[in-house]
Amino acid sequence: MAVDLDKLQQLLLNKLRERFGDAIIDLTADRGELTLVVDRKPIVAVMTMLRDDPDFQFNFLSYLTAVDYLALGRTPRYDVVYQLYSIPKTHRLRVRAAVPEDDPTIDSVFPVWRTANFIEREAYDMFGILFQGHPDLRRILMPDDWEGHPLRKDFPLGGVKSFYFKRSSDPHAGEPKDLVPRIRVQESDI
Amino acid sequence: MTKRVVEQTWSNLEAMTINMGPQHPSTHGVLRIVLELDGEVVTGIKPMVGYLHRAKEKHAEFKTYHQFIPYTDRMDYLSPMSNNTAYVMTVEKALGIEITPRCKYLRTLLCELARISSHLLWLGTGALELGAMTIFMWGFTEREKIYDIFEFISGARFTVSYMRVGGVCRADYPEWRRRVREFLDGFLPVIDEIEAMLNENEIFIQRLKHIGTVSGPDAISLGLTGASLRGSGIDWDIRKDTPYLAYEEVDWEVAVETAGDCLARYFVRMKEIRESHKICRQVLDLLERHADEPVNIDNPKIIFPPKDNVKKSMEDLIHHFLLASEGFKVPPAEVYHSIEAPKGELGFYLKTDGGPRAYRLGIRSPSFINLQGLESMCQGMLLADVVAIIASLDPVLGEVDR
Repeated sequence: MAVDLDKLQQLLLNKLRERFGDAIIDLTADRGELTLVVDRKPIVAVMTMLRDDPDFQFNFLSYLTAVDYLALGRTPRYDVVYQLYSIPKTHRLRVRAAVPEDDPTIDSVFPVWRTANFIEREAYDMFGILFQGHPDLRRILMPDDWEGHPLRKDFPLGGVKSFYFKRSSDPHAGEPKDLVPRIRVQESDI
Repeated sequence: MTKRVVEQTWSNLEAMTINMGPQHPSTHGVLRIVLELDGEVVTGIKPMVGYLHRAKEKHAEFKTYHQFIPYTDRMDYLSPMSNNTAYVMTVEKALGIEITPRCKYLRTLLCELARISSHLLWLGTGALELGAMTIFMWGFTEREKIYDIFEFISGARFTVSYMRVGGVCRADYPEWRRRVREFLDGFLPVIDEIEAMLNENEIFIQRLKHIGTVSGPDAISLGLTGASLRGSGIDWDIRKDTPYLAYEEVDWEVAVETAGDCLARYFVRMKEIRESHKICRQVLDLLERHADEPVNIDNPKIIFPPKDNVKKSMEDLIHHFLLASEGFKVPPAEVYHSIEAPKGELGFYLKTDGGPRAYRLGIRSPSFINLQGLESMCQGMLLADVVAIIASLDPVLGEVDR
């Protein structure tokens, strides 16, 4: 059941450009995978069209995550990456939308797929990207009172804060202490 | 005093919030659930996860590609072979390398053995939670044999770290293949016996039928994969629809049930065990046929040289040193690869920047996303059914929290 990538690429490009014009930035094929780069503003409309159009039928949102481009020095800083799959047509598509650092917001695709509930919460937890219209945008893996977003490139591997757990007679027991990460990380790695 | 307590109790009876876990024995790990109950009927349920969060995605950015393989073992710790395979296949896709046929068959065989082992654990613990002790014992007896098989080829029973980018860490050998065949020969009678115990067991069926029903369109929208999706009548198995490894070359069927309840998921998994057994038999024959070929790719820049050669040959020593200290570099790429793990679609999203470490590694873990189905499945069910529904979803918390 091999999928004709060239044909799908042409079809996607034609149909999407026709409706969304300049909001469709790029569509590339690499290593047998299609990557669609779109503007973040009409993301919900693009996703709805990809899901409902009989030629595409991307009815399954496999995965959603974000990438922080700080270490590569790219602006805008973040990408939100969606992995779509079509169960009837057995083809895949990756959709990327850039999100700038000063306004890290993008519309939630929860109305399109309910899968987005947990994975958007995870992306918010790890990268601090605000998914607007998400019904319950809370941290999911980290504790509720955690400060910072761990998967950002400026967040050190060992964490920014550490706690001492010494004997209770110690006056500083349990107090947070600003300190260097417990795991030593080279400057070049961050 | 007594009166006030009684009044309070009555006023609270309409909705009661109860905490279950994270140390509850029936939640398959450190899953915590906040339940809202009306009497004994569940009106709201919220899974709270993160108690086993070990920041694997962050670690991946600081480890070389080889160093990260042991971390994948500890995600879904019931099928480390599948996790290893999914990860190394993602890196191989980014590198653009093809593995040898023998390695392909070997990986397929090990992935299917891991599926049988994972499903047997689900079966044992799931039945145990419904009160059937015997199934647990029978299932675990067979699992021990599979762990023996893993130990004989990788040196470890549980966290195997067996796959390597471009191959495996040790090749299979005739005595090992004989042991696998011996296990496969004696396996089906056990499954027959287990099914004879359960399939017409009145208590078992009453506890599972019409419990935790989810419709096909709902299952797709919620992102359920694996047995939870196929139990709702959706015929999607990555092994069949976008085949990888050797699944195209063997004859097998996708297990699908239409009812969408816990019993349907039970039937799907039982059929999957039988199909896996069928795949194992065929792949083992194919493996025998390719037993003389090399198992790893011929690329010393990626695959570790044999340890004996390191002591004798200067070149191998250099390669070993470079791979162990710096690791190999992967050209800038962006790939996503997913396989059908025992729990569902296990995918890795890899973004590389040309260095020896991943720039970003995202893990699509099936257990985490399947857990979203809990809320709609438990709505209107009894409290006792929640345990059966969690068991039928088969989450592994190591994979939920990563």
